[in-house]
Formats: sequence, structure tokens, C-alpha cells
Amino acid sequence: MARKILTEHINTPGIETFEVYRQKGGYTAVEKAIKTMTPEEVVEEAKKSGVRGRGGAGFPMGMKWGFLAKPEGVPRYLVCNADESEPGTFKDHHLMKCIPHLLIEGMIISSFALGANKSFIYVRGELMYVIRILEKAIEEAKAQGFLGKNILGSGYDLELIVQPGGGAYICGEETALLESLEGKRGNPRNKPPFPAVKGLYQSPTVVNNVESISNMPWIINNGGDAYATIGIGRSTGTKLISASGHINKPGVYEIELGVSVEEFLNSDEYCGGVRTGHHLKALVAGGSSVPILPANLITKTANGEDRLMSYESLSDGGFATGTMLGSGGFIVFDETACIVRNTWNFSRFYHHESCGQCSPCREGTGWMEKVLHRIEHGHGSMHDIDLLVDISKKIEGNTICPLGDAAAWPVASAIRHFRDEFVWHITHPHEASQPGAVYQGEMALA
Amino acid sequence: MEETKPQLIKITFDGIEVEVEPGTTIMQAARKIAEADESQAALVPPAMCYYKPLPTSGGKCRACLVRVAQGSAKDPRPMPKLVPSCITQVQEGMVVENTTNPAVLDTRKSIVEFLLINHPLDCPICDQAGECHLQDFAFEHGSVKTRYEEDRRTFDKIDIGPFVQLHMTRCILCYRCVYTADQITNKRLHGVMNRGDASEISTYIEKAIDNDFSGNVIDVCPVGALTDKTYRFKNRVWFTKPEDAHRDCDKCCGKTTLWYRGDEVIRVTARKNTWGEVNDFICNTCRFEKKKTSDWVLEGPTKVKRSSVISANKYRADLVKKPDFALKLAETQYKRIDDTRPFITDEETIRHQSIENNDKANHRSLLAKNN
Repeated sequence: MARKILTEHINTPGIETFEVYRQKGGYTAVEKAIKTMTPEEVVEEAKKSGVRGRGGAGFPMGMKWGFLAKPEGVPRYLVCNADESEPGTFKDHHLMKCIPHLLIEGMIISSFALGANKSFIYVRGELMYVIRILEKAIEEAKAQGFLGKNILGSGYDLELIVQPGGGAYICGEETALLESLEGKRGNPRNKPPFPAVKGLYQSPTVVNNVESISNMPWIINNGGDAYATIGIGRSTGTKLISASGHINKPGVYEIELGVSVEEFLNSDEYCGGVRTGHHLKALVAGGSSVPILPANLITKTANGEDRLMSYESLSDGGFATGTMLGSGGFIVFDETACIVRNTWNFSRFYHHESCGQCSPCREGTGWMEKVLHRIEHGHGSMHDIDLLVDISKKIEGNTICPLGDAAAWPVASAIRHFRDEFVWHITHPHEASQPGAVYQGEMALA
Repeated sequence: MEETKPQLIKITFDGIEVEVEPGTTIMQAARKIAEADESQAALVPPAMCYYKPLPTSGGKCRACLVRVAQGSAKDPRPMPKLVPSCITQVQEGMVVENTTNPAVLDTRKSIVEFLLINHPLDCPICDQAGECHLQDFAFEHGSVKTRYEEDRRTFDKIDIGPFVQLHMTRCILCYRCVYTADQITNKRLHGVMNRGDASEISTYIEKAIDNDFSGNVIDVCPVGALTDKTYRFKNRVWFTKPEDAHRDCDKCCGKTTLWYRGDEVIRVTARKNTWGEVNDFICNTCRFEKKKTSDWVLEGPTKVKRSSVISANKYRADLVKKPDFALKLAETQYKRIDDTRPFITDEETIRHQSIENNDKANHRSLLAKNN
């Protein structure tokens, strides 16, 4: 069995209550951090652990904390990004639902490290029942003296607020999240200034993912160095992967980074292989916004090395032959999946979720969706393929926030790896527009 | 205490060195170059959403993206992405490429394309034509053909009051009017609703905009989405004659531009600078109610840029210096455009008219025969 950091006790009955969580060693990290350590030491442990942001960008969390400006007389804030809305990613939902105290413990330690006296958990608005679970857990922790005024007699105060989101994917982008938290329209801000300098209410703010923060109790209990020994290279620790699609055992799995993709996909401990009687066609490794990979590039990189579940190995080969770990939304497609239809579906999502602030994303995502819709429904023409590539290039990198990139990458990569399938849709409009029609050519199944 | 002058920062913009104060944006530095030497006006990045009199505006339209080839003297690495010049502050020793970088011009061309996707090409019936920033932007940076085949988005018309006409289909969502209402008027009544390309400027449940300074949204709008109801369809802007004037107003500065057609004041606007930005915002009384010459003290004709359509000479190639980068780009991508083509002379006009008259005569004779 692989080592578990986050999900070790997740199946214990009653773990969502304070008593059971405490019996299983919960809140010892808070006691250790607040009673025996200084905030700087906690930040140092986070830096040593090398834990990288689990929300998608993979930026080292300790380094992000190090950037936090600390002007006198200005409050600092910690915001937990629980607005998980990426298609194919459902790990934070699972974690908060099953073991809410882990996040709250992590929030207390992280807020203490950053010197924040008011911290927020911005939860996706659709997850109202999770919000109630979190609020109940906060009440329990408060009753036991782990939250509120003068925590454990140390003189450190912390108020933890759960804020339901407004139901927009864009509010998962950190600056849009802050705008939304301030009660405004969830439009991403221009950067710089970064949130570490001017964030929530123009004060220094750190925004971290649920999973990143939930790692903190273990790091404090066992030390950052111990955490850094797990994983491979600069991808330290464990990662929750939300596996979905055409596999035998979909679900949330905690893996040590560095497990090979082949093992993760085929072993019975994890996904249990592609569903019986079918074979692998394509893989989206990190949520809908990362480039799609064809079957021949999934288990091996372009150099013939084994592909591992780590930030570096998945992005090996850049965008030409690689992808990204992203937020860990592992979507598997077998040969019954139509790539054009799937790309159109993703594109439709980004069109719907674009905030409409900057022109390339507002107009470009809609345009791509319409062109893809046309191709999928048998009205495409050959120059539409090049048009799509061109639009995606013009969006990528020219927008305020990464949503533009996220909309462009799936389209660009699908055309790069499955161009013949697009061509088939255009040359065989009648067959392609039948319900459930899938290209059965050789190249796409190689 | 002796005032210390702030240390000036030296940057290079398209190969031209300029010294500016710390905190200046790249856009302002470029405008400083153009203000010192008018022949360099084509170097200035276009601005569709940025509006200097409205703090925090900008960064949305992405029309002004430039490449920073050298971040600063201390850190000479180039910036990884194109940056919006309107909100990026200069650093000592920064090297910026605008019209000298083909990638920047290519991106700008695509921004025109994106903006025009959902913009109706109804310039012939649009009051803004002639002073429209999008028109100028598309003329200078866009391509002739469109690749967009789908339907354009449309909106239900809403009435936002007796003075301001809202044409949502023309809106490019620059947010300038929202900032104006936020910063100039004491109560904002309109904002952006919905999301993505369905976003629209609107008021809460069709509430009318009723505010002493609400008329300023007309001046800041870069396109014809917000126009003056008292001026609607009165005349084309290039047939009117602007005159600077002022009056004693207890609400605003009272400094305006009157737009004459013959002896009649058909429109009053705030005074604008070279970059199309309002110098001082004016109140609704000055704008909509004082439309007699006797209300005003005239100061003299407004100086209008030679290149402006308002000077009615825009299409004389010998008078307007076209920015040469557009030609260079056109040369590489399209067949050579003959810019020295002859203009219609008086004789030709007469000839055309005579042909037209002949056609009409023939038509009448045909009608007579048939009848």
C-alpha cells in the first residue's frame, strides 16, 4: 500500500466529527505549531517540504508564502480556494465532505504561519451541503478552543469564515475569487500587483488550494524534510487524483507522486484498467484545461521513457508531446469516445464560463465553440481546422487570466494529435453527425 | 524642506529613448514621445478600454499589448508574455517593442478581429462614425476580410432614460462607462450583467439612468454603444464644426466644445485631448439643455488633428501620413496596395454625375414607354 497523507483516516466512521478526528491524532499539529513553533518556523517547514500548489499551477507553496508582504498595521489574509469547478476534478469536494477537520486544522496552522487573524474558505456555491459540514466542524473546533480568541492560551486569534461562491468557474482564479469575496463581480484582476502584495481588501493575501493546505498538519507533525522524501524530484508528497471516464474503478485516489501512469491506470489499487472489452484512446491527465494525450504518448514519453504521475514527467516534451498534472483530473477515453465531440464539449464549457472581461477570451472562446459545433454537426470545411488552430494561438497568452489558455490548449492539442478525426468529420459529414458516431481510423487508435 | 525632483527613468520605446517619471506606464511614455514629435504619433499603442482620466481603467481590451524585450537594466530578461502597455509601469532601462515587433502587430490584428466578431458593421447609420475609436483601430490595424461566419450576438433593446441611447450590439465591453459612473457620479445605476460574450451593459431592471453627470458616459464610449439622444441622426460628425466655448456653471467646469451645423448648435460635448480623452467632465445641463449660442461664450475653433475625419481630409493620401508599419505588413501579406492612386477630380465627378443623369433619363424614358 502506498503511503497516505490526506486520506489515511478518510474511511473511519465518524471522522467528520471532532471527537473521532481528535482520537486519530487530529489537532496535534495545531498544538505543536502554536505552542512550540514561531510562524517563521512553520513557513520554513512548508518551504522544506517542497509541497507544490495543488490547484493546477503547481507553484511551490512555501515560496508563495515567502512572497507575502508584511507591512505594519495592515491585516493579512489567508484564503482557501475551494471553488473546485474544473471538469474532471472532484478531489477537494471529496476531502472536505469526508474529513472537514483536516482542512480546518491546516487552515489554523497556515493562518498562524502567515499571521492572518481572519481566514476565508471560498467554497463552490453548488456545494451547499459541504458548506454546512464545514460550518459544523468550525463550530466544534471553536467549542474546543482551537478557533476564536486566544487559541490554546497563546494569544493568537483566528476567525474562520466559510463563504459560498456565486457559481462561476472563473471565481476559482485567485484574483477573481478575491473580487467575488469582496462582493464584486468575479472578474480577474490585472497582475501585478499580485495578491501577495495587494489582495483581499487591498491587503496582502495568500490564496491556496484545499489540498495544499490539508497537507500542513502532516508536515508539521512529521517535518518538512520527511515530506520531501516522498515523491520524486521536485514533485514532492502525495497527490489526490480524481479518476473518471472509461475505467473500471473511477474515484478519488491518493498517489505518491512518481507512480507510473501505467501503474495508476492499470493496477487494481487504482483505476483498475480501461473498462473491459475496450482499449485506451486518449487521456486528459489534469482536468479539462490541460492538453489531451493520444494513446501512444500516455505511458511513454516521446523519448521512450516511462511517463510518471509527476509535474515534470507529465509535462515532458512540452505541449508538442506532453501535458500537465494540473489539478489532477484524470479523464480516460476509450475508443468509443469522439474526440471532436469531446473538444466541442470542453469548448462549450469555456465559452459559458468566460467572464467576458478581456476581448480575446470573450470573443475567441465563443468563436471556437461555434466552429467546433459546426464541425461536429457535419457543416465544417477544411479551413476550419486551421482557423481553430489560429484562434487558439491568438487567445493563448494574450488574456488577463489563465482561462484563455485553458480554453485554447484542449482545442490546439486535440487538433495536433487527432487531426485525422477532425478531417473525417469534415469529409464524412453525414456519418459523423449521426448520434454516437466515432471515427474508427487507424491513426487515432495507434 | 527642499523639494527633491524625482529621478527620471530612461526607457527605449521602438528604438526611441525617452525619460519619464517613475510610476509612468508604457503607454504614457509612448504618448510623451508622440507629443514631443508629432510625426511619431503612429508609434503609440491604441487604447480601446484605457482612459487616463478614469483611474484603474485599462488592461481589458488587450489592444495595446506590447513586447518588453528587456525588463529593466537590473533584470534584462524579456517578459514572457506580451504585456498591456496601458497598465504596465516602466522600469529603468526597459526596452519596449511595439511597431517594430511583427508578433505584436499580428496580435493586434487578431484583437481587431475579435472585437469586430460581435460588432455590427453599421457605421453608415451609426452616430459615432467619424469619431469612433474602433473604426480608427480597425482602419489602422485590422484586415479587410473576416473569417467569422456565424451569427453575431444581439440583445433586446432597453431604454435607459431620455438623454442616453444604448445600442448594446455595438458595445465592446471596455467598462469605461462603468468606471465613469463609479467615479464621476454619486450613485452608479448601471453595470455589466451576465458573463462571457453574453455580457451586457445594463441598468437594474431597465431603470433609467438619472444623474447630473450621466451624460459623460457618451463621451467616454469608444464606439457608438452610448450616444446622445438629443443629437441622434442630426448630422454626420464630419459635417459639423467644433468650437470651444464656456459658460458659468455651478455644477461643472463649464468648458465644452459646441458642434455647429450652420448657426445651430446641434451637440455639446466635453473637450477632448489628442488621445480622445476628456479633459474635464461636464454636467447634463451643459450637455443637453444649453443648445443656443447665447448660452455660451465662444473661445474659437477647436483644434482638430489633421488626420481626424472631422477635418474632412482623412482620405486625401497626400495630406495624411499613413503609419508605415501597416503598409509594411500589407506588403508582406497582401498584394501591394497602390497608395498613389488618383483621387476623383472635379472633371470625373461631373462625368459620373452626367452618367447618373443619363441613367435616370433612360429609366424615365423606359418607364414612359412601358406605360
